[in-house]
Amino acid sequence: MDTAIRKSRPRIEAVNDLVVKFANVNGSGSASANELFARAILRMGVPVAPRNIFPSNIQGLPTWYEVRVSERGWLGRRGGVDMMVAMNPQTWDADLKEIEPGGYLFYDSTKPLPASKFRDDVNVIGVPLTEMTNARWDNPRERTLLKNMVSLGALAALLDLELAACETLVGEQYRGKEKLLAPNIEALRLGNEWVRTHLACPLGIRLRRADNVGDRIFIDGNSAAALGAVYGGASVCAWYPITPSSSLAESFAAYCQKLRVDPQTGARHYAIVQAEDELASIGMVVGAGWNGARAFTATSGPGVSLMTEFIGLAYFAEIPATIVNVQRGGPSTGMPTRTQQADVIACAYASHGDTKHPLLFPQDPNECFEMTAEALDLADRLQTPVFVMTDLDIGMNQRLTPPFSWDDAREYDRGKVMTREMLDEGRDFGRYLDVDGDGIPYRTYPGTHPTKGAFFTRGTTRDAYARYSEAGPDYVYNVQRLLRKFDTARSLVPSPILRASAEPTRLGVLYYGSTSPAMDEAIEALEAEGLHLDLMRLRAFPFADAVSEFIAAHDLVFVIEQNRDAQLRTLLMTELNVDAARVMPVLHYDGTPITARFITREIGAQVRALGVGSAPAVGGQAAGAR
Amino acid sequence: MTWIAKPRLHHPSLERNRVGYTRRDYEGKISTLCAGCGHDSISAAIIQACWELDIEPHRVAKLSGIGCSSKTPDYFLGNSHGFNTVHGRMPSVLTGANLANRDLIYLGVSGDGDSASIGIGQFAHVMRRGVNMAYIVENNGVYGLTKGQFSATADQGSKSKRGVVNTDSPIDMVSVALQLGATFVARGFSGDKPQLVPLIKAAIAHPGAAFIDVISPCVAFNNHAGSTRSYDFVREHNEAVNRLDFWPSREAITAEYAEGEVIDVAQHDGSVLRLRKLAADHDPTDRVGALNLVQSRSAQGELVTGLLFVDPDPEDLHRHLGTVERPLASLGTRELCPGQAALDRINASLR
Repeated sequence: MDTAIRKSRPRIEAVNDLVVKFANVNGSGSASANELFARAILRMGVPVAPRNIFPSNIQGLPTWYEVRVSERGWLGRRGGVDMMVAMNPQTWDADLKEIEPGGYLFYDSTKPLPASKFRDDVNVIGVPLTEMTNARWDNPRERTLLKNMVSLGALAALLDLELAACETLVGEQYRGKEKLLAPNIEALRLGNEWVRTHLACPLGIRLRRADNVGDRIFIDGNSAAALGAVYGGASVCAWYPITPSSSLAESFAAYCQKLRVDPQTGARHYAIVQAEDELASIGMVVGAGWNGARAFTATSGPGVSLMTEFIGLAYFAEIPATIVNVQRGGPSTGMPTRTQQADVIACAYASHGDTKHPLLFPQDPNECFEMTAEALDLADRLQTPVFVMTDLDIGMNQRLTPPFSWDDAREYDRGKVMTREMLDEGRDFGRYLDVDGDGIPYRTYPGTHPTKGAFFTRGTTRDAYARYSEAGPDYVYNVQRLLRKFDTARSLVPSPILRASAEPTRLGVLYYGSTSPAMDEAIEALEAEGLHLDLMRLRAFPFADAVSEFIAAHDLVFVIEQNRDAQLRTLLMTELNVDAARVMPVLHYDGTPITARFITREIGAQVRALGVGSAPAVGGQAAGAR
Repeated sequence: MTWIAKPRLHHPSLERNRVGYTRRDYEGKISTLCAGCGHDSISAAIIQACWELDIEPHRVAKLSGIGCSSKTPDYFLGNSHGFNTVHGRMPSVLTGANLANRDLIYLGVSGDGDSASIGIGQFAHVMRRGVNMAYIVENNGVYGLTKGQFSATADQGSKSKRGVVNTDSPIDMVSVALQLGATFVARGFSGDKPQLVPLIKAAIAHPGAAFIDVISPCVAFNNHAGSTRSYDFVREHNEAVNRLDFWPSREAITAEYAEGEVIDVAQHDGSVLRLRKLAADHDPTDRVGALNLVQSRSAQGELVTGLLFVDPDPEDLHRHLGTVERPLASLGTRELCPGQAALDRINASLR
């Protein structure tokens, strides 16, 4: 095969707007070189959004790292691949197919491949990575790891990625480990020089220094949620390992070690237990919440299924609990390493009997931080389980996000807790008595008072004073009050965010969570096509009144979700009595994060198929076709 | 469960303990269990033990699962917070509660269905973790509330009231607790209150995972001929290996014992467990020996009772986790929130 770029072929020309996908073998040490690639672009002031697409495996199976580069700042998946860094023979054929016409294929040309392994409309760049690496290093482990750096150096030359930015990052990574630093730098330069000597650089797709990153930080949602739990005052964490949530609890442990240890005594202001299963992890959270500590767990769909009996108890016994659900593909073990928003209904109504729970939908790591802290307040205020509904896409990928901020004057909202002093003043204490009309009763912590305020917490029914009762009216009083409490939650949870179109329109879009960055990009593309839509990003369940008003104000509302069954749409129909014909599902559920192109295409197609345009109705007529 | 509160009138001459409470102050609501139920005797023993230990009732948190035994925390310590949790899952709730506030005394009350059948997993792990608690299983070998099905502790060959013979091997809770690392393991019999009260006192005072398996016959469903958990059978086959007296650290030992018959086990806090030896071959600080004793006597059809094992200086979960002495639940924003300055440093490290 020739290793030069064939000038005669079509080639994509783009500066700072491209998608590079790395196809690797799990366990080959590619992850750190891939991350360096993304970080080096950030250091050039160009926004970047990488996504891991990985198997449930430690070594051997295929894994991908897709890097979206966008000077404009789009952080969602665009769809399509401009350059494939094809390092995995197992997936070669499928990887080749994914490349856009005029795109680029970068591969290790050490071993010759037949012409049938390439495409006529793709520009091929072969670099003898293994040959170069093996000629310089003897140790097999070194060869494997450094080949990734040779490759990075080569890509830097091809894409005008600043080698200095790569070297600075490598320097930071190996600070104090100079023995490792030198060969890494050498490998980078080896690949870089080979490409500069042998190939025409740069390619049609390339990078250029910009100033569009600003003060944003680069972090994954699980770490951000863990930090939110630290700042939100969680002192008890009980968890059970499950992808994609495990790194959340591990990150909580790491942050606590840095931030929650008494510098004088070394005593820990936190307790973390890796439980034997999710039944136990939620049980510990419920026990700690009952006893006055802020407690949380992190899990994923199968864990939530195991927790549901306890969630019902906590709902009925009115015990605060915060559950971060990093959603993945289901059902059952489903697609444990792929993303979905498929637990919406399971969490909204988790457990037997009549139950409903507040759900928060963060869109990015910054909101993972904010909403996890917020959930701990809400759980105490509402005395109920609260879910933070993140997903693998947000949780396990590093994302550019606004820096975290915290108001040092903020005090935790511990909700309605009757103290010893209040009991001594003679305040009437009915554990399940609605004294304020908001459905939220007072509670006492165990050990509060020698003779007042003790009660027996149970899942079976009782009267307003926590005395056992199977009397119908007592039960009805209780569950009606719980409904009032849920209604109170409506005004306490994060409100939806409206983004009105510049043009008047009868079409709307509802979306939530990790769909957000792809939606940001899609709406610009739709507007460019002349299709105008008002957007509303839902941030919580129960739905604020603004959501009903938004749906009522539009003829048709697209509900964009990453699940098969349009779960949030079902929730809208059930809870707000929305007419099914008014809410159109747009669903993406193959386990990969939704793309801007998918949303643009689906909404465009539906609008055309339905013959509705976005122009406002005139003189009482329904909006006609465009 | 009951909605009948007991009258709060006390006879003025009722004896008060050091913290000023009478025995009546440790009572709860009127039991709704069957007349003659062994569980009510255990509740009475808990009341007696707490009174004798001079515990302020509100400093106890009592937790249970689901079943007849798990109803009983409503029938004692009415001024304590109680939590009737989920079937088989009390251990996790107790663990979380203990993590939140290490200053309270934790009493876990469960049954053989709750702890050996549905809850064997959580039972195992709470013992492994060394949660500081007194965990009492009121063991009758049957499900009472659902009318007489066998539980996992029913002996092989034992006959149900309806004449069904149990074919499954029994789980011996004492052996399981010994094997999994409980640092205080005892067995009592609801029909022997003088033996049981000191065991409960010592278990409460033990600063680690304390377990008492209390054989507690079910008068409604498991008290017939052919059952190995009836009053008659247990009385005939109960072999007490020792008689315990518990002496809190502040008290001088006053009782007299015949020489050579007693073992004193000094506890870390200065209290003393004085055991009158009944079985010559038993050393209560030998975990392996205790397991052997329980198993070999069981093979002979005997149920050994008494204090079977104690670690005088146990570790508990808080020690393992290195948590602060103050209850975590009492920590406020100052101790828990690192503030914006720390966040600025974190932000800077993520660019």
